[in-house]
Amino acid sequence: MSSPIQLKPDETFILNVGPQHPATHGVLRVKMEMNGEYIVNAETVIGYIHRMHEKMGELKTYPQFLMNLSRMDYLGALGYSHGHVLVVEKASGIEVPERAEYIRAIMVELNRIASHLFWFGAFVMDLGGFSPLMYALQDREHILDMLEAVTGSRLTYCYFRYGGLYNDVDDQFVASARKFIPRMRKSLKKYHKLVTGNVIFRKRLEGIAPLSKETCRKYGASSAVARGSGINFDVRKNEPYSVYPEFDFDIPVYHECDSLARYNVRMDEIEQSLRIIEQGLDKLPGGPIMPEKKPKIIKPPEGDYYQAVETARGSFGVRLVSDGGKTPYRLKLRSPTYSNMHLFDESCRGMLIMDALAFMGSLDLVIPEIDR
Amino acid sequence: MRLTLFNVVVAVIIAIAFAAVNAAYLVWAERRGAARIQRRPGPNINGPFGLLQPPLDGIKLMAKQLTIPGGADKILFIAAPVLAMFPAIMSFVTIPFSENIVAKNMNVGVLMIFAFAALGSTSLLFAGWSSRNKYAMMASIRAVSQTVAYEIPMLITTITVVMIAGSMDLMEIVHQQSGSILSWNIFPLFGRSHNILMPMSFLIFFTCTLAETNRAPFDLGEAESELVAGFHTEYGSMGFGLFFMGEYANIVIGSCMTTILFLGGWGCPFGLFPGVWWFIIKLYLLIATFIWIRWTFPRTTIYGLLNLSWKILIPLSLFNLLFTAGLLKVF
Amino acid sequence: MICEETKRALQKLFPADEVIAETPEEAVDDSEKKAKKPVPRANGLLERDYAVHGYHLDAQVAADQVVEAVGILDKADFFIESITGVDWIKDNQLEVIYDFSRYDFDLCRVVIRTRVDRNNPEVPTITEIYAGANWHERETHDFFGIKFIGHPHLIPLLLPEDADFHPLLKDYKA
Repeated sequence: MSSPIQLKPDETFILNVGPQHPATHGVLRVKMEMNGEYIVNAETVIGYIHRMHEKMGELKTYPQFLMNLSRMDYLGALGYSHGHVLVVEKASGIEVPERAEYIRAIMVELNRIASHLFWFGAFVMDLGGFSPLMYALQDREHILDMLEAVTGSRLTYCYFRYGGLYNDVDDQFVASARKFIPRMRKSLKKYHKLVTGNVIFRKRLEGIAPLSKETCRKYGASSAVARGSGINFDVRKNEPYSVYPEFDFDIPVYHECDSLARYNVRMDEIEQSLRIIEQGLDKLPGGPIMPEKKPKIIKPPEGDYYQAVETARGSFGVRLVSDGGKTPYRLKLRSPTYSNMHLFDESCRGMLIMDALAFMGSLDLVIPEIDR
Repeated sequence: MRLTLFNVVVAVIIAIAFAAVNAAYLVWAERRGAARIQRRPGPNINGPFGLLQPPLDGIKLMAKQLTIPGGADKILFIAAPVLAMFPAIMSFVTIPFSENIVAKNMNVGVLMIFAFAALGSTSLLFAGWSSRNKYAMMASIRAVSQTVAYEIPMLITTITVVMIAGSMDLMEIVHQQSGSILSWNIFPLFGRSHNILMPMSFLIFFTCTLAETNRAPFDLGEAESELVAGFHTEYGSMGFGLFFMGEYANIVIGSCMTTILFLGGWGCPFGLFPGVWWFIIKLYLLIATFIWIRWTFPRTTIYGLLNLSWKILIPLSLFNLLFTAGLLKVF
Repeated sequence: MICEETKRALQKLFPADEVIAETPEEAVDDSEKKAKKPVPRANGLLERDYAVHGYHLDAQVAADQVVEAVGILDKADFFIESITGVDWIKDNQLEVIYDFSRYDFDLCRVVIRTRVDRNNPEVPTITEIYAGANWHERETHDFFGIKFIGHPHLIPLLLPEDADFHPLLKDYKA
């Protein structure tokens, strides 16, 4: 009787991980050339949910395009809108009231925590632990409730406007946000007890998938991928924008370069985001949320503008080339996971498949954001 | 009990029914337990506390078509799920639940159970090999290497107990431990060996049971985040159902064996009112631990798993075997 | 600091020119701009106002100078942000834009751009220098049809495998 799968001893075989695979969290495909459990070579195939947001950007007027941004990254949507409104405001010289800037920062940080929480749960699930996802989702639920009350949506927010916001926050939001901070700190402690200290968990991540600084630089990695490799890079600090210089927060940096370092960075970032929210709520000034003077039709003057922001997934850049018209001449969206995912091919060579998939989880992928 | 054909047939039927009902309701218990751990309700719609869920799931699975992938080895593909369930059920025949409740007691009961347990790994191999699916193939190779690795410390630990009891008869092993908790093999102060290392043996045996039944944190055979669904990736319908039930039947067998070998079978911890109820309590406490562990720990790596067996469990269990032999000579 | 150094290094690519402080187009007011037909910018290095444009240095080079210019940035420890294109259909040119930034706190964003003929868009690849340019160049090839000479694997990345259209060209009609 012959085996249905024929292999010679030194032969490699191709394993198609995805486009429908539980570990890829979306329609991502990795063609892995395997030698037993070891990966010899990998080729990532993306573009399964490519929607050509950049062409849509050219066809739609500026306000019409606002809602597209939150369809890019469904977990940390507000950060992406932030980048877009900032570049358009910069280009057309719109002044943003201080209150709006503070509320933006608070909202983006809340969204960042929500995104990190989801990542935390999904990452531990990649490693085979199911329960933390449910705990993380419960905490995320509080954030979504808060955001829903203000923005009107739970996932694909369209909250920022050029020059300000769609809706002001009320006392109830401030109260619930204040209540949320200690609760989140408590759960964070619980997560560290349940997951971070777990010996199996640490064994799975320590020393796995080391990424050198040089690799990060050559691929343009950002977010926890870079910070886990000892690179002190956070757009909020390196290239301060909005009201971030007003806040006192740290950039967690780990020098181990492994998957555990990336995990630790994200977990510490939750705490830092809580600090920003806390200070933001304390400092929240009164006043309007939309500027008094604002052009009726957004028409940035001719030129070429760039704005980078730190989203939950890393440095997101928007390049706006305007010809002075009602629609952008060219709108380039530089998505962070696109670069982060790119280094997977090179780095996963010689790894066990289960380590490689843990590594993939540690990159915090959101596929619609890669494919745009 | 007089051994007539009628008696044996009835007893076997009861054993099979016990195994099947246990397997079905452990799925329910697992889902409820997982839900409790994860702070959600779990299945609670069908029947009181969702108790009708398992039969309904069974009906649903049976109503599905069993698809056989093109290019698969048909005979082995169909044989594999049957092989997963069959040894587990057969093992129940010889397990003594109390003094009188045993289908067929044999003087080589231990041997028989391990022989059937070894059959279980062939079912994983068959399933993965015949599916013509690379994930299934990889998973079955993992599962078999895992089963082989963990059978050794498990058997060595069992031999330790058999040596203490001086018999391979499960009844005899339980009788050896009669009395209070202090004469059980887990903590045998009053037993024959006075071996203080026995708690370690218990842990080794329990760990091996976890690994043998492919349960988390050792569920590398069906590591769903890596290998989709492992060896049963291509199975649907009742083929999948049988694998599923086989897994739970194996858990029951493993817990029964742990109870008999280490926890004094149907003996009461205080030496009072021994009976089947103690057996059941111990059995389900162990099963609850299984569920608890599964929903708490992440999965190990395949090499971490094999290293644990070959480098830690086997040397430790061998040492305990020699140590016990020495103690038995002394006392 | 690093900006100054990079500026000097990049300046060597354009031996004749001096650094221009601000774009001439922006200096002139609107009425004048409308009057004369805008001409494509000549190659050279510009220092941009960071507060307005979001980057510091803007170097437009000839296509065959791209590798050299990127090599300078690689030596100075810049990381690659993105590569993209712009279709200047009126000038019958395609522009390729390379964005670079730094990991340290010595903030300096550099944009390298090059313009090629729209009918025969060919730019040398920089994957030899920055491995991460691979996907960015493939994406730019997808969207604009710009051929990156020497690219190891120039097949559609985001578009379907058999895509022969380039959606971000201004004359592309869906």
